[in-house]
Amino acid sequence: MFFHEAYAGVLPIAATDAAVSWNALYDFLIWISIFFFVLVVGAMIYFAVKYRNRPGHKAVYETGSHLLEAIWIGVPTVLLLIIFGWGYHVYREMKQAPSDAYEIKVVGKQWLWTFLYDNGTTTVGELYVPVNKPVKLLMTSQDVLHGFFIPNFRVKQDVVPGMYSSVWFEATVPGKHQVFCTEYCGTSHSGMLAQVIALEDKDWNDWLRGKKIAIDKIPNANRDPNEVSAADTTTVSQAAATSAPVSLVDQGKVIYNKMACATCHSTDGATKAGPTFKGLFGSKVTLTDGTVVTADENYIRESIELPNAKIVKGYAPQMPTFKGLINENDMTAVISFIKAQK
Amino acid sequence: MSDSHGTHAMTSDDGGVVHHFAHHFATADDEFEAAKQGMWLFLVTEVLMFGGLFVAYGIFHGLYPAMFKECHEFLNVKLGATNTVVLITSSLTMALAVSATQRGKRQRAILLLTSTFMLACCFLVIKYFEWSHKFHEGLLPGKHFTNTEIHAKKADLFFSLYFVMTGLHGFHVIVGMCLIAWLIKRTVKKELGPQYYTPTELVGFYWHFVDLVWIYLFPLLYLVN
Amino acid sequence: MSNHSATGVVHGDNYLNHTPGIWSWLTTLDHKRIGVMYLFTVLSFFFVGGVFALLIRMSLFYSGHHFIDANTYNKFFTYHGAIMVFLVIIPAIPAALGNFLVPIMVGAKDVAFPRLNLFSYYIYCAGAIFATAALFMRGADTGWTFYTPYSIQTSTTVILVLTGAFIAGFSSILTGLNFIVTVHKLRAPGMSWSRLPLFIWAIYATSIIQVLATPVLAITLMLLILERVVGIGIFDPALGGDPILFQHFFWFYSHPAVYIMILPAMGIISEVIPVFSRKPIFGYKAIAYSSFGIALIAFIVWGHHMFVSGQSELANFVFSLITMFVAIPTGVKTFSWVWTMARGSIHFNAPMLYAFGFIELFTIGGLTGVFLATLAIDVHLTQTYFVVAHFHYVMVGGTLMGLLAGLHFWFPKMWGKMYDEKASVIASTLIILGFNVTFFPQFILGLQGMPRRYWDYLPEFQTLNQVSTVGSWLIGAGFLYTAWYLGKALMSGEKAPSNPWQSTTLEWQTSSPPPFENFLETPIVSHWAYEYLPEGGVPQNAPANPATA
Repeated sequence: MFFHEAYAGVLPIAATDAAVSWNALYDFLIWISIFFFVLVVGAMIYFAVKYRNRPGHKAVYETGSHLLEAIWIGVPTVLLLIIFGWGYHVYREMKQAPSDAYEIKVVGKQWLWTFLYDNGTTTVGELYVPVNKPVKLLMTSQDVLHGFFIPNFRVKQDVVPGMYSSVWFEATVPGKHQVFCTEYCGTSHSGMLAQVIALEDKDWNDWLRGKKIAIDKIPNANRDPNEVSAADTTTVSQAAATSAPVSLVDQGKVIYNKMACATCHSTDGATKAGPTFKGLFGSKVTLTDGTVVTADENYIRESIELPNAKIVKGYAPQMPTFKGLINENDMTAVISFIKAQK
Repeated sequence: MSDSHGTHAMTSDDGGVVHHFAHHFATADDEFEAAKQGMWLFLVTEVLMFGGLFVAYGIFHGLYPAMFKECHEFLNVKLGATNTVVLITSSLTMALAVSATQRGKRQRAILLLTSTFMLACCFLVIKYFEWSHKFHEGLLPGKHFTNTEIHAKKADLFFSLYFVMTGLHGFHVIVGMCLIAWLIKRTVKKELGPQYYTPTELVGFYWHFVDLVWIYLFPLLYLVN
Repeated sequence: MSNHSATGVVHGDNYLNHTPGIWSWLTTLDHKRIGVMYLFTVLSFFFVGGVFALLIRMSLFYSGHHFIDANTYNKFFTYHGAIMVFLVIIPAIPAALGNFLVPIMVGAKDVAFPRLNLFSYYIYCAGAIFATAALFMRGADTGWTFYTPYSIQTSTTVILVLTGAFIAGFSSILTGLNFIVTVHKLRAPGMSWSRLPLFIWAIYATSIIQVLATPVLAITLMLLILERVVGIGIFDPALGGDPILFQHFFWFYSHPAVYIMILPAMGIISEVIPVFSRKPIFGYKAIAYSSFGIALIAFIVWGHHMFVSGQSELANFVFSLITMFVAIPTGVKTFSWVWTMARGSIHFNAPMLYAFGFIELFTIGGLTGVFLATLAIDVHLTQTYFVVAHFHYVMVGGTLMGLLAGLHFWFPKMWGKMYDEKASVIASTLIILGFNVTFFPQFILGLQGMPRRYWDYLPEFQTLNQVSTVGSWLIGAGFLYTAWYLGKALMSGEKAPSNPWQSTTLEWQTSSPPPFENFLETPIVSHWAYEYLPEGGVPQNAPANPATA
């Protein structure tokens, strides 16, 4: 429908067929709403002006009209039933996963998202999915309620501790799609972000086989459709092949962001849920039991794998463990990055 | 007793009870009817409040029927049944007390109110024994549950519901006892009688409600089948 | 001008000066004084809640830079929500205006249970004290909805806020109970149900909801307190409980609660529009019954707050379908209000300006409610700023506009003074305009995907957030100006006649301010509440028309 393209800036892109259906229903609702708003407020303004009090003007005496009441009960009833029915129909499309959907497990915990794939891979903060294939997410929480929201896909569902909930989608637009947590979950609720990385066939197969993908080369799917940049015309694997070697510190910075360390640890000294990395390396750290330790490489490594072993004084034991989620190369890169924060 | 509205005074024929009814009512009868309506509405709110607990009970019973069956065996049906008889009897004595007050039989009313009070005490004493036995056995709510005899999982939920429901009910019994004591005092002081027995009637409603809640609680908790 | 009314009151004696001294106020049984005490207390908390709103919007001015940290922000939105919902919007119209007006409008001397009324006020104060105490301790950061398990685990002083809300709930229950019995037993001779003003119908329907719904909140909060203190496990998945069960319990009250908020405001609009259109309300019966329709439907739609919570698809189907139907009685009212103006004689006084604002804002709020009721649409929009905009449009654009309309409409009656009309036009314009500037962008933010309760947000949302914050300053300015000119009117406003708006309902047939006993002689009612003939309005207690007696 032409209308929603006209205001493409308001709605996120429709990156699934279900989202396209969603947009059509939304358009219908917007038209009806504008109609009734203009009708009601327009009539109100018109009557207020036309029948304003002035010399010689008198009000009439009337108390009601059953016909009018029948109309303004009957017409909205029909419209509302249509809206309900259409809404339920699209809802079924959004909720009914195809039986051959590729399943990925999602675990939400304060304050990051972990994704577990059939082939044994685990990622943090990045959900890799194939384009044009149905994907089903099986989700649970390790602590409190969270919500998993992908605006571009029109997908949202609460993530509940003690049970599994699910969503499904079939991405039609490759690239990065934003993910938000939408069920308030404490301090860093607004930092609990992630990205869906939708990969085309070849890239997806490469990724499944363990090939590294250069994340920063993947375009954000929300880009202006009229703007064409170099990133648009290269596939991800081409991007990976042509990238120059990256320093350990820069690699560490990428991991710092993508694995959600940034959610709780600043690099500029600001206090967040966890201690700042600025000036951390080499400094003396006081723990909750009063002992003082030096923040060296082993301290950092232990904090990543066994975060509750040493809690810094003034902070709560709320860091999740990254054991098994981060390989040796990435661990080295992250430690280099932290060392560089002076 | 008067309020700043001013009141109408009504003396009784036996020269005993004097009642002033509030000025914003046209007649004493209107005030009485209004008071009864007010108490009924209040009891409706109590039904909704306990209702929430019954709904929670229903949901968990539906989810874990085997656990409920196993847990209820740790409740003492004899004591529960005794308490049911105690409360029903107290409702009877309460109803008779209202009737006695209406008919001017002051001594009888005082005796019946006192009996109701004593029966309520008896209920609470039995409750005390039941609860302390549970503490002893580790049959405690939620995270305090330490009993090892029960096999079913999540048994702590049953006892959470047990303690909250009987606890809230017990609280209402205590409040009722305070109200009955107040009635005894006022009846002794000749403030309640045929000319004015509204408080007695209203506390009667309240007491019957408290009894009714127990009549639902008893089978749900003790007689799970 | 002498303080002379149709019922011949003693010159100068009214409820304000009837007995002097603060102690006579604190121990009063006069519903009018109790209403006034509620009014000032509620408005004080409105100010506090409003300050938190301004702080929240300030913090949201920049993406990435904040003058308060995340934990503080989370506490601020919790306080804003809890204070506004429990201490302001729910009690405001019923306890303040309702207490003052209900007995007078039905022709009575007081409510059925005056001592219970005073007791209700002190219960409200006690609840407010508990809730406020939390602000001076570790605070609360759960959001006003207290979802588990976060509300069980957080180390903030949640229990104080829960206790405060629990206690304040009893004030709401007893107020509702009082009004129901008052309407049943204390109507003046001739005041049949079909002659009751629509404000009374609205308060009556609201009271039914208060009596039936609030006890469920009481048990919910009590269970949550026990969860934190004893660990009963009913809502805690770690102990075998169900966090979604908490949501069901919570919304079973909190959805009807929003109708407690809006119905009285709609009642006020139904009073104001006929007076300032000089024409009877259109469709009196339908509007009266629609209040009951809304009250009934209110109890069976709570699950529409939980479409993505994990409840069953069947539940989603049922709740979405029934929610659609609440638009019907709401539409009946809205169309009837607008049609009342047609062929009337419209006066643009402040109460009417607020009525216009109400209709514009509430229509947007209501229409966006239909979006949220639509299952598929809600999946994308729930938990985003779209919802925040929707409920502010109906609660502020609806209830608060209704309250402001009522405060201005009955100002001369309550205080015996007139306020500055010109100032009221400026202030109402500021408020209504400022409101749209604050909240309309939030619909767009929600559509774009910005979630709610976010201390920080992505840079692409910054511009609209800044527009919204500027709007909040406009609203703040409007309210401050309103407080200013109304305060000035209280001190030194022009003396008000008993019936400055030439209205027909009973409260206008006694002096401004009313005497202590409301009427010297019990009014005898012979007319319905909206007999606005072309030549003038006929008071309800005017002698019966021989032709219709």
